[in-house]
Amino acid sequence: MRFIARTALTALAATTLGLGSQAQAQDKPHDGVTVNLMTFTGPQIAEPLQRRGKEFGEATGATINVITVPFSDLYQKVLTDWLTGTDSLDAAVFAPQWSVDYVVPGLLEDLSDRVAADDALQADDIAEFFREFSQKVDGSTYMITVDGDFHMVYYRTDVAEELGLEGPTTWDDYLAFAEAANGMDMNGDGEADYGSCIAKKRNAQSYWMITSIASAWLQSQGTSQGAFFDTADMTPLTDNAGFAAALEVYKRTGDYAPSDEINLDVGDTRNLFTQGRCALTLDWGDIGTLAIDPENSQVIDKVGAVVLPGSTEVLDRESGELVACDDTTCPHHVNGVNHAPFAAFGGWSGGVSAAADDAVKDAAYAFFSYVSQPEQSNADVTVGATGFNPYRTSQFDSLDSWIEGGMSERAAENYLGAIQDSLNSPNMVLDLRIPQNQRYQQIVLDTAIARYLAGELDTEQTMAAITEGWQEITEELGRQEQLTAYTSTIGAD
Amino acid sequence: MASERLDGFFDRNAGRLFILPAVLLILTFSLFPLIISAWLSVSRFKLGRDGFTLSYIGELNFKKLFTGSQQFHFLGTFSSIPFTGWLILIVTALLIGLGIRQWMRSGRLTVLGGIGRLIAFGTIAALAWVFASTMQDGRLGSLSTTLFYVVAGVSLQFVIGTGLAFLCAQDIRGRSFFRLVFFIPLMVTPVGIAYTFRMLADMSLGPFSPLWKAAGFGDFSWAADPWTARLVIVIGDSWQWIPFIFIIMLAAFESQPRDEIEAAELDGAGPWRVFRDITWPSVAPVAATVVLIRIIEAFKIVDLPNVLTNGGPGIATESLTLHAFIEWRALNLGGSAAVAYTLLFVSTIVCVAFFQLVVRPMRQARGQTG
Repeated sequence: MRFIARTALTALAATTLGLGSQAQAQDKPHDGVTVNLMTFTGPQIAEPLQRRGKEFGEATGATINVITVPFSDLYQKVLTDWLTGTDSLDAAVFAPQWSVDYVVPGLLEDLSDRVAADDALQADDIAEFFREFSQKVDGSTYMITVDGDFHMVYYRTDVAEELGLEGPTTWDDYLAFAEAANGMDMNGDGEADYGSCIAKKRNAQSYWMITSIASAWLQSQGTSQGAFFDTADMTPLTDNAGFAAALEVYKRTGDYAPSDEINLDVGDTRNLFTQGRCALTLDWGDIGTLAIDPENSQVIDKVGAVVLPGSTEVLDRESGELVACDDTTCPHHVNGVNHAPFAAFGGWSGGVSAAADDAVKDAAYAFFSYVSQPEQSNADVTVGATGFNPYRTSQFDSLDSWIEGGMSERAAENYLGAIQDSLNSPNMVLDLRIPQNQRYQQIVLDTAIARYLAGELDTEQTMAAITEGWQEITEELGRQEQLTAYTSTIGAD
Repeated sequence: MASERLDGFFDRNAGRLFILPAVLLILTFSLFPLIISAWLSVSRFKLGRDGFTLSYIGELNFKKLFTGSQQFHFLGTFSSIPFTGWLILIVTALLIGLGIRQWMRSGRLTVLGGIGRLIAFGTIAALAWVFASTMQDGRLGSLSTTLFYVVAGVSLQFVIGTGLAFLCAQDIRGRSFFRLVFFIPLMVTPVGIAYTFRMLADMSLGPFSPLWKAAGFGDFSWAADPWTARLVIVIGDSWQWIPFIFIIMLAAFESQPRDEIEAAELDGAGPWRVFRDITWPSVAPVAATVVLIRIIEAFKIVDLPNVLTNGGPGIATESLTLHAFIEWRALNLGGSAAVAYTLLFVSTIVCVAFFQLVVRPMRQARGQTG
């Protein structure tokens, strides 16, 4: 009898424990799993990942370690770690344009099945461009978008009103605005301020700026025309009248800028703009939300955003010369102006190491999904300090979260309108996403532009330096392979 | 018998055996990377379906640096030699001439010595010519920029460090306090120095900005001019490394025998005569050694140009190490290794030449073995 009782009690205890642990496992599905995730120093991007990582950990039992490195080191640190089999990193949040260098050697986990089974992610709500360009390579999903990126021009609406100007439509308008505003005291501190502040620091995040300017001349026939290379033979589009015009505009913006502008990174120019020291700037979507920060901004409700200024002339690729913008030469023109909004960088996205353990992969994917889900994402994109910019359709459709975040209705409409105009443009420029695009942009382009701005090279020499450098890389890596990769990413194949 | 022989072997070779583990460790961590880097410098790295490939391409990476598309980056942009450039070439020629004359008068003319001097003087002459030919409008390459940091930086550090050491070796009030204060910068990490200098040198927001503005430099940006940018880096580097020279030279000054100086003073010698004829000859070997150590380190400068200017404006402040780092960061491993190996050759030739032509003769002059 005692034996039966003891046995029954033991069985009951074991069942209770088993049910309890199963319940706990369901409550904390990633209990005991650690995910080592790398991104750039920030604080943008890193801060929301750290904050959401803590929440995710409390909910799921996982530990998310966010490891940060300077932006210029991020690409090779992650690639080296995975390529050499060190595998100290389980996941990374980085530029989707780099993903091709990770996907080809089989370093990134294919997330297609996980995304398809993940209702909470609401993948259809992610704007088509980010879903297809930022997340996918060759039709499979390898990245999860947590941020949407477009370059735009921001301007001081109060200064514009005082000068009788509007947001710039062309780059000539931009220069005229900058010239008129330069030297005005725009923040009431008694000191002369600047017409334009654009990040131009070398080895930082500046090398996209020239493309934002040049795209107005270089691409007019739609996204699949491309703005970096000729789709017939991979000849760089960096030695022609259009690129020359862009270089000269880029240099002239420095005439109305702080004297040390060539040593300013995006963090510096954002600070200058939100402190009321600049009439114009060129930047990602961060300015819109940084400008409404009540603690740090002196330009609350004084900022307007416009789609990247365009040009009334575009490049004729046959002759290499500029021709007037009309229905034939630029079918997507707006009132005779060709706009080519540049999806610079593509938007920070998360990828999972293919070499990680299955439990770690599951946890890493679940974390990225959590960060990207509307409940988290729609709040984060309204806070400038996160560095996350809007990328979901729901973030554009409703102004509520933006107004709750501190934007006036007018500012929210203007800001989101500019992004939507960029996103919906049939002439949008996709960022370069071919193998070792880092070398083309961060080494050759960045170095040549830095030398140009420093006065070491003139316009012709700069174009020659970029063209020669890009051709060399293309020959090294294989012209046909690079051409195939390029045409497939812009839909020209 | 066997055990006696073994004991004898250990007795005779105890010293070598004790240091053998350390030597093996150093060789492993030095030789292995050296061999791999050599292979990388003649290879091309490419990502592919199975990871990556390294293909042998011969001298192409080096050719690119010296005569190809990266010549502007590595050697600089060649143009006419300015007046200062000619001065540098003349001084270099005079120094080489002195070196040759010294060797011919030494009476120790050997074939190996001749070959060594040919390599050393030839390299120094070539480096001087490259520097002089590219300094017009400040368009130096990373090689010449590094040479500028080495020559200008080490010279400045030596003059100030030795001067401070000499002063602190005197019997003055507060010298213990000054010794401590002058030593502090050496304790700070180079990156910390770089960020500190970046803040100090900020003309518009830095702590000295009211002074700059009062002097009319509020709108001037040192970071936008190649020579002022290089100068700021030299100043930052000197701020950190002057204490190193200071502490070594202080020890040298304080270890001087006082009797020679007192005897000279009793004979009526003035302070300058005492310094020139007694103090300096006794500390010269130490001075030469400390300069050699600084030269070796100065060739590797990377923190300050990376943090202060990111190598800009343009490529004006990019040192060889920073050049190699930037190439490596974009996975151009072959190009990066080629730059690094060139740095190795240049710094080795310069340092060995300095040792043989300056350090060793000074030690021998004081009766020490080289």
